[in-house]
Amino acid sequence: MNNVRKQKRANKSLPFFFKDEFKVSFIIVFISIILLISTFSFDIVPPILNRGIQPATFPKALLILIISLTLIIYYLSIKNPWKIGKKLPKTFFLTLLSFLIFVIISKTLDFFLAISVLSIFVSYNWGERRIFYLLLVSIFFPILVFIFFETILGLRFPPGIITNLYYY
Amino acid sequence: MLTPLFSSKLLIVLLFGTLFGLILGVLPGLGPTTGGALILPFTMTLDPLSAIVLLTSIYCAGTYGGAITAVLINTPGTPAAAATCLDGYPLAQKGEAGRALGMATVSSTVGGIFSVIILVFFAPLLAKLAYEFGQPEYFALAIFGLTMLSSIGEGSPIKNLIAGAFGILISTIGKDFMTSIDRFTYGINELSVGIGFIPVVVGLFAISEMLTQSTLLDQVFKRVALKAVKLPTKDDYKKTWKTILRSSGIGSFIGVLPAEGGTVASLIGYSEAKRFSKNPEEFGKGSIEGIAGAEAANNAATGGAMVPTLALGIPGSATTAVILTGLIIHGVRPGPDLFREQPDFLYGIFGAMLIANVLFFIFGFFGAKIFARITLVPNKILWPMIFAVSVCGTYSLSQSIIDVWIMLFFGVLGFFMRRFGFSVVPVIIGLILGELVEGTLRQSLVIFDGNWLMFLTRPIALTFFILSLIALAFPLLRSKKQKK
Repeated sequence: MNNVRKQKRANKSLPFFFKDEFKVSFIIVFISIILLISTFSFDIVPPILNRGIQPATFPKALLILIISLTLIIYYLSIKNPWKIGKKLPKTFFLTLLSFLIFVIISKTLDFFLAISVLSIFVSYNWGERRIFYLLLVSIFFPILVFIFFETILGLRFPPGIITNLYYY
Repeated sequence: MLTPLFSSKLLIVLLFGTLFGLILGVLPGLGPTTGGALILPFTMTLDPLSAIVLLTSIYCAGTYGGAITAVLINTPGTPAAAATCLDGYPLAQKGEAGRALGMATVSSTVGGIFSVIILVFFAPLLAKLAYEFGQPEYFALAIFGLTMLSSIGEGSPIKNLIAGAFGILISTIGKDFMTSIDRFTYGINELSVGIGFIPVVVGLFAISEMLTQSTLLDQVFKRVALKAVKLPTKDDYKKTWKTILRSSGIGSFIGVLPAEGGTVASLIGYSEAKRFSKNPEEFGKGSIEGIAGAEAANNAATGGAMVPTLALGIPGSATTAVILTGLIIHGVRPGPDLFREQPDFLYGIFGAMLIANVLFFIFGFFGAKIFARITLVPNKILWPMIFAVSVCGTYSLSQSIIDVWIMLFFGVLGFFMRRFGFSVVPVIIGLILGELVEGTLRQSLVIFDGNWLMFLTRPIALTFFILSLIALAFPLLRSKKQKK
């Protein structure tokens, strides 16, 4: 309880634009406004075909609702600040980086190579140092998953430098 | 009720689902919701009944499995087992882990079976009532389901509503179903068919959990040794039978309420057990009644939550939202027509839930010691494997790499949502109900010739709107009362 109070106090002392509640509310409102503007470019249905409301009306109403509710939570947070979450550890950012590496490798080289690289990267950065287990998560298990999906579920994976060895 | 299940294939599916559910329930961070999301793509290779039998057995067994870790390592395997920790772990520390798990197993089974009976009787009644529903009533009902989202968990009701609205907004991406006009597609062809349920569900539950686990690597679990699970003694039964029955009733009722679920049920079941107990001072120190109250309620919520899911197509909890997704991707739309057209299918589900409750009793009683060992699998090995399965499963649905990237996007989004107090469950429920909400609203307006006030002339719709207002006001009043 005391920790929560301390965290709240710490949050109170920051300038408003550094506070989580401002940053989160700002991002939600900013993205919602961009989406709201984009709804004005949706095609308009001629009155003879239009049954009920225009296709853009419902998303517009939702976005206005989201913006309004976000402003309410921001207003409420002035009186009752959110607690500051623990600082994110290095392992979190490394895991996030591994997702980015996965996207790049799966797009340019190979889907399964991307899974293997992510697995070994995550496992190593989360503290695994034993070679057997690193090989298990990065090679043996992805091969098992590949065989399962390919043979039992009949799935065809996207072509790539390793997957092509199997297919051709 | 059990006749549709008399096929070796379905029994194997049931057996596998129960075992898999138990393993998922035991592992903190996984649980039946994430596990159900992970297995969803695989269900595409099964016929609809087998797929739903698999998901429901995972649901029942996973809900119980959370109790094993709650008792032995003081960490709830599932959020619904949080209240079980309060007395389960202290009792285990006194050297009575077997007795604590025995009581958890018995009360979970009784609660689960009780709720299936409620499901068998009430789901058809609710479905019959739903025959009276037209488009305006369905719209009002969907709004009621969404406003119930505000009371999910302990987070801010307004944040839950924002998350729910965001879920509905996602459902509007793609071609408008009435006019075929593109919305939010920005010229990307893949988006014109909309965003699939599976990438969002797997991303929000599994990938965001992986990111959460990456921040918890320094957590150390202290495991209490377990010799064997012991059946409760006569004295224990005498002490707890009223609590088990009461909590079963509470759990079933809470489960029926749209968007509530096992977590709320177990907390209420636990607090009611304490209120009615002759020894309330023992609660929190290893009370056998506390374990019975929490466990009977959270398992009873499973059957209760299936009532609105099957009868109305409104999910009763996070896991039933995943089950509903499973029904939809298999082309089964829950609702009153399902009761009229496919009674065998429904009785198959009811029977599967009943058998799953018996199976997890057997597995739990004889295998809790083995399942407890699963918690020893380190996260640094487990989560890369879960990632591989998540990625391949998501890809397998429409063989599109875009789906995998959508999954990763929602994984990262889900992590930050949770970090800042937004529940991810309303997003899923909003996504599932989005089409129903927009479709029924627009069709109602066609019927009413654009007159919005006509909604108020329909008694059932009006009742749901009033209930929605109450559902919105309730969490606000509750938080004010708590502040006082």
